[in-house]
Formats: sequence, structure tokens, C-alpha cells
Amino acid sequence: MRQSQFEQRYRPQWDRLETSLTALEARRRPKAAALTDFTADYQSLCHQLALARERGYSLALQEYLNDLMLRAHRQLYRYRTPLLPGLVAFFTGGFPRAVRHQWRWHLISTLCFVLSAGLVWAMILHDPELVHTVVGPQQVAELEEMYHPDLRDVAGRDRQDDVMMFGYYIYNNIGIAFRTFAGGLLLGVGALVAMLFNGSFFGAAAGHLTLAGAAQPFFTFVIAHGAPELTAIFLAGGAGLRMGWAVLAPGSWRRVDALRRAAAECLPVMYGVFALLVLAAFIEAFWSSRELAPQIKYGVGAACWALLALYLLFAGRQRQGQGGRHGSE
Amino acid sequence: MRIDDQLHIDTPEGARLTLSLAGPLPRALAYGTDLAIRGLLLAVVAIPLMLFGRGGMGLYMVLLFLMEWFYPVLFEALWQGRTPGKRMMGLAVVHGNGAPLGFNGSLVRNLLRTADLFPMFYLTGFLVMLVTRRAQRLGDLAADTLVIHTPPARPARPHQDGDSEAPDWPLSREDQLVLLAFTDRGARLSTERQQELAALAYPELSPAAAREKLQRVARHVLGGA
Repeated sequence: MRQSQFEQRYRPQWDRLETSLTALEARRRPKAAALTDFTADYQSLCHQLALARERGYSLALQEYLNDLMLRAHRQLYRYRTPLLPGLVAFFTGGFPRAVRHQWRWHLISTLCFVLSAGLVWAMILHDPELVHTVVGPQQVAELEEMYHPDLRDVAGRDRQDDVMMFGYYIYNNIGIAFRTFAGGLLLGVGALVAMLFNGSFFGAAAGHLTLAGAAQPFFTFVIAHGAPELTAIFLAGGAGLRMGWAVLAPGSWRRVDALRRAAAECLPVMYGVFALLVLAAFIEAFWSSRELAPQIKYGVGAACWALLALYLLFAGRQRQGQGGRHGSE
Repeated sequence: MRIDDQLHIDTPEGARLTLSLAGPLPRALAYGTDLAIRGLLLAVVAIPLMLFGRGGMGLYMVLLFLMEWFYPVLFEALWQGRTPGKRMMGLAVVHGNGAPLGFNGSLVRNLLRTADLFPMFYLTGFLVMLVTRRAQRLGDLAADTLVIHTPPARPARPHQDGDSEAPDWPLSREDQLVLLAFTDRGARLSTERQQELAALAYPELSPAAAREKLQRVARHVLGGA
């Protein structure tokens, strides 16, 4: 068949396919009735493209058919999963399972943070001047202003400040968590440095404020939101280390494939990190800043830690014999 | 990176799909456009929010966060793999097998952006793009995504009418492709260049006659008249 005959015969089909594609690419989903011919048209298009190449029709025609097929391919293989059931399944099981699946990495990242925090804390208790090696003078002043009983301005804080701090926590903390995760891709170094640095900073703040006599305001403030916030940072660090390890030691996989698998495993963890940090920002802005008796704040804080630990350790476990530590997902 | 930036994919239907990969420059331009759009939006929103004092400041920071991390994710996931900047440059993100990008894939490639940014100006991402076979940055590698050119819809080629003439030699498939390419691109060449090319086929004729004859043969191959 000559090219012009070929074009003449199939042009109406291509035009019809273009119409359905325009409908599919629009924001609103088209009615199913309008798309009855779509798959059949796509299939014959595949055939016609192969024919056009085999018979050596002009490059312009081949390109046109190829572009049309690319567009159709992208529509045909699109899938939209319903959002709500997915979210429910994620929070009742998917997230804690994903965390437990990589528990070693999360343990390492937690240890990095806790050990560096403990070390710096102990060093500052031993020699208070050491705080200036970790924290700049301006930040020391800010810390004291925030937590020291004589310096801070409790009465001046209102709703407006709560909202402002909420925004700040969202912007700052979630950004840090995401960057820690991405930093892990650089052979794990970025995540490791972030965990050590954040741990040292926390240890320095705690040590310095303890010495300055501001331990109670500091700990009553951080204990409740610390549960989701610190946990989220640990998890982000752990996921980052997992990514870095996939690049460093891919095992029997190609590096690229190991990286892809690691990313797929880490993705649910990062969704969870995001949710935890939004929760932490709420608690931090609207609960932690309330002035209440220390017993209440410590009680609520302890409950937060316990609930979160129970959730991550036990939620979504399968019955015996079905799941387990090595169960792949 | 190869010089040829075409990527061939065999689809489940047994057809071969050709994608053309986007290199660093168009992607950087698209990124710059997006950056400008984001900055402009933030500036526009900041003005009314300033009236709300510190509360407005908080909302502004939430917005800043969303713009920084979720602007590309939402656009790519909901808008055929294109941010406004990519759309302007005729680019789109697809999965490595040509399948459309979903929310998960887009999130992975955009979360890992920080690694590509390291240490500044996307140096890591740029170097990784140069050495990978399919011009991918680190985020693309982890998410198995590609940035491709999405060509604008081409208008149908106008038919040239005129008499035709069978070729006086046995026509191979390569010859046929060359002939068709000659007609396709002829409009963009000067008449002199067309004559020069046609003279290669018919050195015994005068350039003008050779061009006429070659056009007639091409019309025959196309099946016109």
C-alpha cells in the first residue's frame, strides 16, 4: 500500500484517537461512553506504526504516529487508586510495618542522635564553656530568652504567635527531615552528619539550659511534641542511611536497581515522617506553649512517647506465621 | 551520555515507542521558569498576608514549605507529569517504561532533589546526568523516571500535487526513506540546495531538471496522483 492510501484510510481513526486523548488529558474525567474506541484505536495504532516503519513510509508520518502513540500510551497506563482506603491501610499497618522492616537503620540513626546528644550534654555539664563550641553566641541568647524563667515573656504570647510558630515548625522541621533523607543518598554521609549535628545541638541546648536553671521550662516544653518530632527525624535519618547503603553496598543487585528498591521501601516511611511532623507542629504550637502544671505536661508527654512506641512496634502486625521480620512487602 | 538522545521502548503491545530525552539545558530552563513562577506567587500572596501580622507570617511559612516541596510533586502527579515550566519548555516526566508518572514516583524524585543540589547549583545532578545512559539525575534514578520532550502536535503534511514517474532503478527501503526525507525537508531548503541534492541522483541531467525528476519520483513513491 502506498503511503498516501495508507494515510487516507487510517486518518479518521487517528483523528478519533486524538479527540479521545484530548478528552482524557483534560482535568475532568470524560464519560466512559466517549472512550469506547480508545483501546481498539490504540491497538491498531501500534500495528500501523509498526507497518509504517517496516514499509519505510516518510519519517514525518512515522514521527506523527510515534508521538500519537506516546500520548496514548501515557493515558492507557495511568492508574488512579482511591485515596481514602489507601490512607487508612497506610496508617493502620503500612507505615509501622515499613518502619519495622528497616529497624536496623532506624536504630543506627537513633543511636547517632542519642549518643552525640548524651556526649555533648555530659561534656557541657563538665565544662559549661564548651557550649560555645557547638552553638553560636546568638543562638545561646535565643535559647535563654525562650526558656529562662527570668528572661522569657510568657504573657506576651497569644494565638497569633501560635500560628506563626506553627508555620515555622512546618517549614523548618519538615524541611530538615526531607533534607536529611535526601542527604543519605550521598553515600549516607549527609544523613549521618545531620543526625550527629542535630543530636549535638539538642545535647548542648539541654546541657546549657540545665546549668542555667531553665531545665523545667525546657523539658516541659519539648517532652510532648518531642515524641513525634524526634521520632520523625530519627526515621528520616534511618531512611537516608538505607538509601546510602543501597548505593554503597548493593549486594547482588545493580546499583540503580538497589537504589530503586531502597526508594520504594523508604517512601512509606517518609509519608509517615511527614504526618508525624505535621502532628508535632500542631502539638508544639498549640499545646507545648500552654502554661500548665509540670506534672500534667510530663504526664501528657510520657503518654505521647508511649503511644507512639506502641504504635510503631505493634500496629499492623500479622498473626503468627503470616508475617514476621523478614516478611517482604 | 550518548550523542543520540533517542530512547526506544518496547511496549506490551509489541510496538516500539521512541522517546527523546531532555538534556540539562532545557531542564534547567524549565526549572528557572518554575522558580520565577513560585517566587512571583509567594510575593503576591505575601502582601495580603502581611496585614494579618504574625499569624499571617505563619501561614506564609506554611505556604513557603508547600511551594518548596510540593509544587513540583502536585503538578507532576496531577498534570501529566508537567510543571508549568516544563510545559512551557515542552517537557514531561514519565516512568522509565514510558508509563505516566504517579504521586509516589513524583514524590521520590522531588524529595531527593536536595542530593542533586549538592553542593550548589545542581552540580551533583548535572554530573550524574552526564554519566547516566538516559540523562537522569539521582532523584530520577531512584524513582525510575525520565524527562522527555513532548513534541507539539504536527500539522498534517500538505500534499504536493503533480505528475509522478516510476523510479528507473530498483528501489530499496533505504532509498525510499531518503526520497521521502527529501520531500519532507525540501520545503525548508533553498531551491539551489534542492537542485544540488537532486544532481547527486541524476548527475547526467541539469540541476533544475534533476530536481523536477526527483520530485516526480518521490511523488510516485508516496503514491500521489
